[in-house]
Amino acid sequence: MNLFERYLNMGRSGVESIKSLGRATMLLANSTTWGGPGSAGFADLIKQIHSVGVRSLSIIIVAGFFVGMVLGLQGYTILSDFGSEAALGTMVSLTLLRELGPVMTALLFAGRAGSALTAEIGLMKATEQLSAMEMMGVDPLKRVITPRLWAGLIAMPVLALLFSTVGIWGGAFVAVDLLSIDEGAYWGNMQASVEFYEDVIKGLIKSVVFGLVVTWIAVYQGYDSIPTSEGIGKATTQTVVISSLAVLGLDFVLTAVMLGGV
Amino acid sequence: MSSEQPYISIRGMSFSRGERLIYDNMDVDFPRGKVTAIMGPSGTGKTTLLRLIGGQLLPDSGSVMVDGHSIPELPRKQLFDFRRKNMSMLFQTGALFTDLNVFDNVAFPLRVHTDLSESMIRDLVLMKLEAVGLRGAHQLNPAELSGGMARRVALARAIAMDPEIIMYDEPFTGLDPISMGMIVKLIRGLNQALGLTSLLVSHDIEESCNIADYLCVVSGGKVIGFGTPEELLNEGNDEVKQFLTGDPDGPVPFHYPAPDYRDELLGAGGSN
Amino acid sequence: MRMRFVELTVGTFMVLGIIALILMAFRVSGLSANGSGDTYILKARFENLAGLTARAKVSMSGVTIGRVTKVYLDPEWYSAVVEMEIDQSMSTLSLDTSAAILTAGLLGEKYIGLTVGAEEEYLEDGDWIEDTQSALVLEELIGRFLFNKAEEG
Repeated sequence: MNLFERYLNMGRSGVESIKSLGRATMLLANSTTWGGPGSAGFADLIKQIHSVGVRSLSIIIVAGFFVGMVLGLQGYTILSDFGSEAALGTMVSLTLLRELGPVMTALLFAGRAGSALTAEIGLMKATEQLSAMEMMGVDPLKRVITPRLWAGLIAMPVLALLFSTVGIWGGAFVAVDLLSIDEGAYWGNMQASVEFYEDVIKGLIKSVVFGLVVTWIAVYQGYDSIPTSEGIGKATTQTVVISSLAVLGLDFVLTAVMLGGV
Repeated sequence: MSSEQPYISIRGMSFSRGERLIYDNMDVDFPRGKVTAIMGPSGTGKTTLLRLIGGQLLPDSGSVMVDGHSIPELPRKQLFDFRRKNMSMLFQTGALFTDLNVFDNVAFPLRVHTDLSESMIRDLVLMKLEAVGLRGAHQLNPAELSGGMARRVALARAIAMDPEIIMYDEPFTGLDPISMGMIVKLIRGLNQALGLTSLLVSHDIEESCNIADYLCVVSGGKVIGFGTPEELLNEGNDEVKQFLTGDPDGPVPFHYPAPDYRDELLGAGGSN
Repeated sequence: MRMRFVELTVGTFMVLGIIALILMAFRVSGLSANGSGDTYILKARFENLAGLTARAKVSMSGVTIGRVTKVYLDPEWYSAVVEMEIDQSMSTLSLDTSAAILTAGLLGEKYIGLTVGAEEEYLEDGDWIEDTQSALVLEELIGRFLFNKAEEG
């Protein structure tokens, strides 16, 4: 394959990506609203929140606890060089609330819930369930995609909040019980430096955005997948890769905007 | 509603997928109230034809008329209405919804498209399941059904709204002889009892010849034979005959085009 | 049957989220349940703020009794002005209360420490604290030290 052909192929895959983005946007636009014959209802939303949210609880909580503990340990090592161990509580909580909570939860969510969504929808496509719905005059987007999209949007902030909470207590455990830092110093300084509207709410906003993006990518990859076992496998991998990159990229953008201008 | 007029009428229809021309200026009529089997070598796009008739795909040119309606030109809402009232499709894998049990699967079209009370729906569902012999299985989940049973449930779902036409996509594939016998009986029986028009796509020549009133043999993007099984076997052209008798060599050759055998073995690549 | 289990778990899930949010609000970020209605404003002039910012603590004898709300430069007098919200329960600050900008720990943040005086009348909403002590700036300290040393020797 000579250079010119390689160049053409790059252009072709670029155009393919743009077309893909277009299809994904149409999917999102048509799936945000509820209603229509045979479409999903509140019960389906609940089922989906269970599927993506509740089922992710164990990994989120365990991960959050460990991350919090590591932050406590590492933070202590660094801060003690400056004699500022008292700032440990502040450090752990701000790091979690502003960054690690939303981002790590999103990454874990993409791996666990995102890939499961892609596989489920891909399988529905391969077994012609989506076609069958169409033939019966039911919009598969409204029946299958809409509840899953909203479930991800709702579940993610909750999971991120739980991650941060468990992390902060994990850090406290390390700091107070293991490193003998004064409990009052840990919590008191934290309370003085953590602003509810600045830090907690902005962290929540981030996780809502991440929830939308990860779920959207997961759902689209499943819907657009090639209906063979190979195709579904590929789609699942792409969900994890693309949403991870998207989350990290968006995190930078959101952080820059929130900290006030780049 | 003259029984002379074909239920489905396709004229000058062309369809390509990507660069491949699948249908080339095709003309065919499918008669009302009869079972017509669509057959042909693999890869000729027989399932695609069903999707074109059902409006899931749009032809590049030509017309597809079903009961006087031009399918490609129907706006979205009317297409949905037409589909739910008149057309039904039985997919190769059954395509039952895995999140619902058998009863809810069959009840699905009724719940979506009608305002009937739950007790009426219950009666209808049990009746349809009875027609396919699976009334006792209504509590089961799709995962608990065998392939044949799943297909029968899908059939019950397909007739739930009493359609005028049912399209079967490879209904015989992968079934054991008993299940196959059941499906054959059901397709024939339902067609008679409900006055349906049935289109089925299949590779299985024997069963298709048994069950169908008419055969439609498609190859190379065109219809190369249409008629009753006897007509085609006796008077059809060579290509059709090869297909129907399963002769390994004929107009569709056994050997893939290759250079001269002797030359290839003894020449550049071979041992000398 | 199965549906009720799912409803239960999802309900618990959302409740956990709300609990986490409340914990965040009160235990982690020190959002107080009092609300900001019960405060009054005091002002003070300083020569050098040296890093005091809005939202810094205002405390007396180590107990936080308020927050700095605004920090700006007075264009007429060319000095820094600090506005602070003091908790209504501390309404008995004498007129000669002094305010100093202090540092919490070696590298800690700046805060305002108030010390009561002996006057019998009290500061009211909008009053100025007269006796102020600016922050200790390291360079000035060193300069003063060197100057003193030079004088001795």
